[in-house]
Amino acid sequence: MAKAVASKADTAVLPSVERRPALAGRAASGPSVKVEMLPPAQRISLRAPETAIAALSDALGVALPNKPKTSAAMSGRTALWLGPEEWLVIDEAGNDPLADCAKVPLLHSAVGISHRNVAIAVTGAGAAATINAGCPQDLSLDAFPVGAASRTILGKAEIVLLRNGPDDFRVECWRSFSDYVFTFLSEGARDAAV
Amino acid sequence: MLLIRCPYCEEERPELEFRNAGEAHIARSADIAGDSDDDFEKFFFIRSNPKGIIYERWRHIHGCARFFNAVRDTITDKFVMTYKAGEPKPSKLPNNSNDVVAK
Repeated sequence: MAKAVASKADTAVLPSVERRPALAGRAASGPSVKVEMLPPAQRISLRAPETAIAALSDALGVALPNKPKTSAAMSGRTALWLGPEEWLVIDEAGNDPLADCAKVPLLHSAVGISHRNVAIAVTGAGAAATINAGCPQDLSLDAFPVGAASRTILGKAEIVLLRNGPDDFRVECWRSFSDYVFTFLSEGARDAAV
Repeated sequence: MLLIRCPYCEEERPELEFRNAGEAHIARSADIAGDSDDDFEKFFFIRSNPKGIIYERWRHIHGCARFFNAVRDTITDKFVMTYKAGEPKPSKLPNNSNDVVAK
């Protein structure tokens, strides 16, 4: 009897399980740059020793880069070198990189962080200037070419920066910092002069 | 802003990405419970704090997140060189950090 009542109550007050990504749909723009939230993606944080890199690259379908500040992309999946033996893998095609890594029997650590991060696109001629409003790295094309990726800071928040094109950056940050990062970037976009 | 060369990222990066982590090359005793109080005090509290060349641990916390060692001059605040964690103290220091970058 009690059970029946409970289950009835459950269905009555079942909260919405619809996922609402942080800041979804928000966008800002400046004279020469656009700042937009990107759609949700699958992400993993991957740690693996030298011996497992080849097998993991095969399983993921993207060669894990071994050089500092580089990334590799293949059919909607991007692997970013964050540190020695550490990568961030982003899948925008809707496939689960965690499941692919699970097929590899060698020692490695893959942690799903899809919901921890959100991504912001900064595009336009003033994109580098916008990010440099709070990021101290040299973002000239010589020092930070297309395909370069790095963990760094923006103002007071840690971000992961990926350059998809000369005027196209992807900024990954923790979702709890996303309001700060987005506001910082939209202020930067307003001031970015080319 | 200082530029600090991270030995893992293999390039100079802005100081905001780094954090100091105290003096380097302080070895923890293998038998810490057997140490005398004086030895423990030396290991735990006493630091050299020199005027001039100091060996420090630094962490590239907002970059590759790795700890490494750095040789710094406390008078000029200049970094003489950096090297990976676990490597021995350099026996000979270069005259300036560019020598190390070139190597």
